[in-house]
Amino acid sequence: MAAASFTAAKFLAPVAARSGGDRAPLHASSSLWPRTKPAPRLRTRKALAVSDVLSGNKAAPAAAAHPSATRDEALELYEDMVLGRFFEDMCAQMYYRGKMFGFVHLYNGQEAVSTGFIKLLNQADCVVSTYRDHVHALSKGVPPRSVMAELFGKATGCCRGQGGSMHMFSAPHNLLGGFAFIGEGIPVATGAAFAAKYRHEVLKESGPDGLDVTLAFFGDGTCNNGQFFECLNMAQLWKLPIVFVVENNLWAIGMSHVRATSDPEIWKKGPAFGMPGVHVDGMDVLKVREVAKEAIERARRGEGPTLVECETYRFRGHSLADPDELRKPDEKSHYAARDPIAALKKYIIEQNLATESELKSIEKKIDDVVEEAVEFADASPLPPRSQLLENVFSDPKGFGIGSDGKYRCEDPLFTQGTAQV
Amino acid sequence: MLGAARRQLGSGPMLGQVLRRLRPATAAATEAARGYSAAAREMTVREALNTALDEEMSADPSVFLMGEEVGEYQGAYKITKGLLDKYGPDRVLDTPITEAGFTGIAVGAAYQGLRPVVEFMTFNFSMQAIDHIINSAAKSNYMSAGQISVPIVFRGPNGAAAGVGAQHSQCYAAWYAHVPGLKVLAPYSAEDARGLLKSAIRDPDPVVFLENELLYGESFPISAEVLDSSFSLPIGKAKIEREGKDITITAYSKMVGYALQAAEILSKEGISAEVINLRSIRPLDRAAINASVRKTNRLVTLEEGFPQHGVGSEICMSVVEESFEYLDAPVERIAGADVPMPYAANLERMAVPQVDDIVRAAKRACYRAAPMAATA
Repeated sequence: MAAASFTAAKFLAPVAARSGGDRAPLHASSSLWPRTKPAPRLRTRKALAVSDVLSGNKAAPAAAAHPSATRDEALELYEDMVLGRFFEDMCAQMYYRGKMFGFVHLYNGQEAVSTGFIKLLNQADCVVSTYRDHVHALSKGVPPRSVMAELFGKATGCCRGQGGSMHMFSAPHNLLGGFAFIGEGIPVATGAAFAAKYRHEVLKESGPDGLDVTLAFFGDGTCNNGQFFECLNMAQLWKLPIVFVVENNLWAIGMSHVRATSDPEIWKKGPAFGMPGVHVDGMDVLKVREVAKEAIERARRGEGPTLVECETYRFRGHSLADPDELRKPDEKSHYAARDPIAALKKYIIEQNLATESELKSIEKKIDDVVEEAVEFADASPLPPRSQLLENVFSDPKGFGIGSDGKYRCEDPLFTQGTAQV
Repeated sequence: MLGAARRQLGSGPMLGQVLRRLRPATAAATEAARGYSAAAREMTVREALNTALDEEMSADPSVFLMGEEVGEYQGAYKITKGLLDKYGPDRVLDTPITEAGFTGIAVGAAYQGLRPVVEFMTFNFSMQAIDHIINSAAKSNYMSAGQISVPIVFRGPNGAAAGVGAQHSQCYAAWYAHVPGLKVLAPYSAEDARGLLKSAIRDPDPVVFLENELLYGESFPISAEVLDSSFSLPIGKAKIEREGKDITITAYSKMVGYALQAAEILSKEGISAEVINLRSIRPLDRAAINASVRKTNRLVTLEEGFPQHGVGSEICMSVVEESFEYLDAPVERIAGADVPMPYAANLERMAVPQVDDIVRAAKRACYRAAPMAATA
């Protein structure tokens, strides 16, 4: 895979403008907040975007060769995508059997985005997700059994059953939550990126590899919400190490993206804020991965944020409660034919990276993992009654409602954060 | 927005003079309670907040400030004066006018271990960011089962200002005090401001810190102990500002001064009022309130906010639950009028509690004749 910077064919203006050699050196400024104005933007060529797809007016694909992968890379991607798919299919089954409840939003069809991006991250890098967060958690390394147990509302879940489907957190994996409101996760993600830069520049703490990077995942509907724009502005203003990953699955619940957005080409909003904006085929994990690699490395080097629009499609309704009657069958079949897992499988076979039976054995392995996750979740205990009042505050557990009925402020160690209850 | 802020600033000295009339009573009560020498030095609430921020930033490099006009402009109310020069633009961040955005950013930074202090130019603007205060900050520790703590302070002026109309004049104490996962503080004096802000910054959880614009310029006596950089006040503890035996008056923020003034008037009529400065709205110091009511057997709750589902309602319920049999009279609730704040000065004055209202309610609770006051 080419390690070169984004080409003009993929990235619009800011990068193209810098290709003449005026790219700022890494960490050139000792201040977090450079005051210099960005270079003027040059528009080079039109990228392929949603509107093209929907109107059937596809631009010619870039001349560049399809990105490649080694055997190990390809199998890692395949396994992660299959895990995401099988896990979500199992969630649907378990939901209909009454094992999980509330709103459950499944990720089927969008796996190339989660896998293509998150598999490039380090442990210290952060992911901030939405209500459609199970698969982001899995890609980031949260064990399937603890995600499943969380969905079952069990004490062994990654949040002990206190978070649920839409609120997956895992501190060791730097998964900073699924956010259930549209646009809500973007500022929090931007704040995590801010903290990475602050640790580097003020606390002098970051490692030799550069800044810890945050990925903010959200959908097309979010791109009409003010917090998206507020954060594009501040992330670029302060050159924060973040990648804004739009999972444009073309639909809100029943509101089509093109009916909701004055200019449906979301990637264009990056250059409007002075950052690169790129559109990528979100049904092709290798293309996603190539774009992701560049955007993540750019953030890590301290060159600031990137907006990536991944055009993808969800194969199920908005949630399991959605009858999904507004999306047309031909649109569904168009994208079903472009299933990202089938596409990667075809690529792997064609390139002789692995045999069909090797892929089958991966699928079998993941089947077992998901089965085991369900068995684990089912056998796990419900949260005990005593858990109800814990964790309202971080220190100590059960602030204000200790067994002796006393507030912790009555402990003289209170403001030192060491009070025991 | 800035115009309004400057206008409020401009009105400061005049209001300061009005409020200064309260000070003798306050000072006497404070000194009596704490045994200060008559020569104790004074400090404004503004200085108290500024020095608390300065000391906590100096002690912990993970503390940083962000908000509109906090840096080069030195704060719309000058609370952050001098901090940009001292700590630089990496730690004193002037943000764009984007409450939802920068509040969420601060919350995300707190998830990652920093200790942000977010200034709202006024708490009215926090409504644009209330989703992050409640959903992203207050609930995350619980939703993550204790994995993600959020050590953050949201601070700024709260409550009715003067002449700025309905959108810039309201009290958020009851709003935020409703929410599990938040701690809500409302300082009155310079001592409160210093001690509580330092505790708030050191606290591992989200704290909503409700200041009052009209108190910023007020001076209060302050002891050497309070000036020490290690000073802090416990969150969740009320302070008995003035001891009494006939009736309990609970108040917070600016209303504490009014309550003290009312207590002085009541004392001349032979009613000994105990004034409780709540300091912390959530957690509420139920023990202190109930202990006082069990002593005085009468209660007046005082707040500037709207009456329904207000702080007074909660206090009243607490007393009903824990000390009902001690009550010798119905609880009296004094609150702001149940209307958006009017602009006209005479209407505005009627919309917030006045000292006369407190005196009248206290007399009613003591079964003393209390003629209706003439309308303003």
